[in-house]
Amino acid sequence: MSRYGMVIDTVRCVGCMDCVVACKTENNVPEGFNRDWIAYDVQGEFPTLQMEIRSERCNHCDAPPCVYCCPTGASHVHDVGGVVLVDYDKCIGCKACVASCPYGARFINPEGYAEKCTFCIHRVEEGLDPACVSVCPTHCMHFGDLDDPNSEVSTLLASRRHHTLMPEAGTKPRIFYLT
Amino acid sequence: MQELTITRHNEMIDPLLHIWGWEIPVYLFLGGLVAGIMIISGYFVLQHRYRHTVFTTFYLPYIALALLSGGMFALFLDLEHKIYFWRLYTTFEWTSPMSWGSWILLIIYPALWVNTLIRIPEPFKGKIPLFDRLSALLHQHPVLIRNIGVLNMVLGVALGMYTGVLLSSFGARPLWNSAMLWALFLVSGLSAAAAFVHLITTDVYEREMLAKADNAFLTLELFVFGGFITGLLTSTKVHIDAVRLLLDGPYAPVFWVFVIGLGILVPLAIQLFAVNHKIRHTAIAPILVLLGGLTLRFVIVYAGQYSTWA
Ligand code: SF4
Ligand code: SF4
Repeated sequence: MSRYGMVIDTVRCVGCMDCVVACKTENNVPEGFNRDWIAYDVQGEFPTLQMEIRSERCNHCDAPPCVYCCPTGASHVHDVGGVVLVDYDKCIGCKACVASCPYGARFINPEGYAEKCTFCIHRVEEGLDPACVSVCPTHCMHFGDLDDPNSEVSTLLASRRHHTLMPEAGTKPRIFYLT
Repeated sequence: MQELTITRHNEMIDPLLHIWGWEIPVYLFLGGLVAGIMIISGYFVLQHRYRHTVFTTFYLPYIALALLSGGMFALFLDLEHKIYFWRLYTTFEWTSPMSWGSWILLIIYPALWVNTLIRIPEPFKGKIPLFDRLSALLHQHPVLIRNIGVLNMVLGVALGMYTGVLLSSFGARPLWNSAMLWALFLVSGLSAAAAFVHLITTDVYEREMLAKADNAFLTLELFVFGGFITGLLTSTKVHIDAVRLLLDGPYAPVFWVFVIGLGILVPLAIQLFAVNHKIRHTAIAPILVLLGGLTLRFVIVYAGQYSTWA
């Protein structure tokens, strides 16, 4: 069984938003909404400030509260790579999953169902990278199987310092940021 | 110092989560009220009040059916993908409190319906012969009547608890991360139901008894509030920030004035005088209790959505 995840190098990311545009185009994301976005995180006291630029999206958590709380089974963990997906024909638009996500990764599509990043599973199943990963001009994003010790994502995690977002929320996110 | 800027601005999510408007607080309030009515109605059945009284015991299950349907309708209005509503009932998701709730609500309808059969009100008698026959059957076997009373009380407790558990299961919303929330909503539902029956009953004994019961529920509610607030205040920074939304944050005026003051303390004082025969029973105290219960749901649902781990 594979367990897909992403490793994003914040040292290389310049916040160009190519990943954001690629996602909107690839997935027909409705106007005014985003499945992925850029975060500019400035920390410290002047003049020793540090800025981390991150491309963020659904973390495809290992312990996904959005799946646990879904009353219809619309939110589910996909057989391939454990990707967290929404079956639009089962979704009643109750918004429980939206409330349960500490990252604000979900939104309600104007047609009424819950929507979010799918790791471009339609591309991945054809052997391609997710759209955001494939367009990044600095090659700061890496996608692969976290359970395969020889995959690019696993070797990067083994060799570089990294963190996840809000680990204290307990959802076990699968997007890792290299620092 | 930390400054976080994000390029996302999704409707209902940014800058602060606001996915649930008036529908969910109304649904939770009506759910809690029905829960309380079922517990009171079940208790009346066990006390054989259907043999004496002419009003509340007969009509309470009918009123509960109407209120429950109103609550379900509010819930339906909140759904964004309404035509798929039926999907709730093609599966049972055991990790989802919302799924539990949908099925509990479905079981409550027949439980209230059999409760109506214990004593069919005069105007309805003879209209549906099957119901009259079933009613007669119940009276031949009093144990069945007792079981209906118990069933209504048990399902009432389950429904009242569910309205709180639904929110407290959202780990991402620190204000709701309290094991006291189910108790708070259950007690508040009981107190609202006692106030409601107090308001509509024509029976002096019932009015007196429910005013006393309501005083007990309101006092208990104050203790549960104490536990709820203390629990969050002694937890992590995000939980402290969350409860401060109520204590001295943007929701403080509504919380202190309408929920605690006018919703609990003032009616409690009025009803204490009334049960001690210092003043007459009026509609003021029960109406304040009902409005306080409704405001409580609004405050908890709205402030809870704004509370965050970020
Ligand atoms: S990031 Fe949010 S939407 Fe994505 S899997 Fe985790 S909890 Fe669910
Ligand atoms: S909005 Fe849809 S996907 Fe989300 S919990 Fe409700 S039914 Fe499930």
